[in-house]
Amino acid sequence: MADPTSVVLTDDGPALVRGPVELSLPDGRRVRSDRAVTAVCLCRRSKRYPICDTSHRRKVRRTEGDE
Amino acid sequence: MTGPPIPAPRGPLSGAVVDALRGGPVRDVDVTGADPYGDDLQLALHCCYELHYRGFDGADADLEWDPDLLRLRVAVERVFLAALRADVEPSDDVDAEIEALLVEPVGPDLRGLSHHLLRDGTMEQLREYVTHRSIYHLKEADPQAWAIPRIGGAAKAGLVTVEHDEYGSGRPERMHSLLFAEMMTELGLDAGYGAHVDRVPGETLAEVNLMSLCGLRRSLRGASVGQFAMVELTSSPGSERLVRAMRGLGCGPAAIRFYDEHVEADAVHEQVVRRDVLAPLLAAEPDLAADVVFGIRAALFLGERMQERLLGAWERGGSSLREPVPAAA
Repeated sequence: MADPTSVVLTDDGPALVRGPVELSLPDGRRVRSDRAVTAVCLCRRSKRYPICDTSHRRKVRRTEGDE
Repeated sequence: MTGPPIPAPRGPLSGAVVDALRGGPVRDVDVTGADPYGDDLQLALHCCYELHYRGFDGADADLEWDPDLLRLRVAVERVFLAALRADVEPSDDVDAEIEALLVEPVGPDLRGLSHHLLRDGTMEQLREYVTHRSIYHLKEADPQAWAIPRIGGAAKAGLVTVEHDEYGSGRPERMHSLLFAEMMTELGLDAGYGAHVDRVPGETLAEVNLMSLCGLRRSLRGASVGQFAMVELTSSPGSERLVRAMRGLGCGPAAIRFYDEHVEADAVHEQVVRRDVLAPLLAAEPDLAADVVFGIRAALFLGERMQERLLGAWERGGSSLREPVPAAA
């Protein structure tokens, strides 16, 4: 039997899927990723959904001079 | 194969290295009082390190292992490293360091190169920014490749996974260094390896010299991984801002593609670096924790120096380069 597909669910962000993968979306779109590992967005905040763009990160408001 | 041109010297240290590259004897130099982050010392280091990458047109390739030149390099390197050790607060709390990098600051007036370029950057500033970045990106992932034989087990496999992606996952047309060169060409910049070294200041060379320093010294392998982690953890949001900045400036698709690729690539690299590189590395070699933090903080420290050099020059209405890039055709 072949090795099972590995999917890592992170506590703070995306699911990590060993690629290449093709993701099928409810609207019929298919998104292909050839990367060795693909980060699939779970929070749905990604501007590149279904691919993670780090939009899940905690945001902290800063004013000029803080940095 | 010929390499890039031998750079023009900027003082006694780089002068001694350049003379050696041109075939002269290696002179004894006094490093006492040398500015550790200055143009002269950083160019001297850059030239010594490039012998381990592509060399120089007209320089004997075997100078890479010339004992006199190596002795000079180590003397110069010690000045740089001692300054970094003094300027960077030590810590061995890697988790806290990573946590801090994963917080994304938001606000209307954030200071930063991608923030500035998105808010009110000009095409000339964007072209300057890309010129500075070319020192690293035309050899993207090469300095970190030195770390591969120096770590073992799962951390090695994780590092190679990220490096493989940087090198295009087996497809040469997707290599990040090539995507960067295509962006330069579309912006009307010379994309030749080493073409802009004479134009960039010590602040720019120092960032890349840190990568080579940590890559070439096995004792600093923890710092090499830390430096790499800092880049991979912080680059995705900045790349997204640069994509929007370039769209706003009307850049073409080849220009936008480089940073567009890094939004997604570095979002997943962040995960791989944390889970598959840092975690197994520190499990196998817990004593490297302080060096990992040193690599992260030294890279942030030098990144901020470079940022201030660019923003400062632009705020004064001038150029951030030592000599201008030719205007786009």
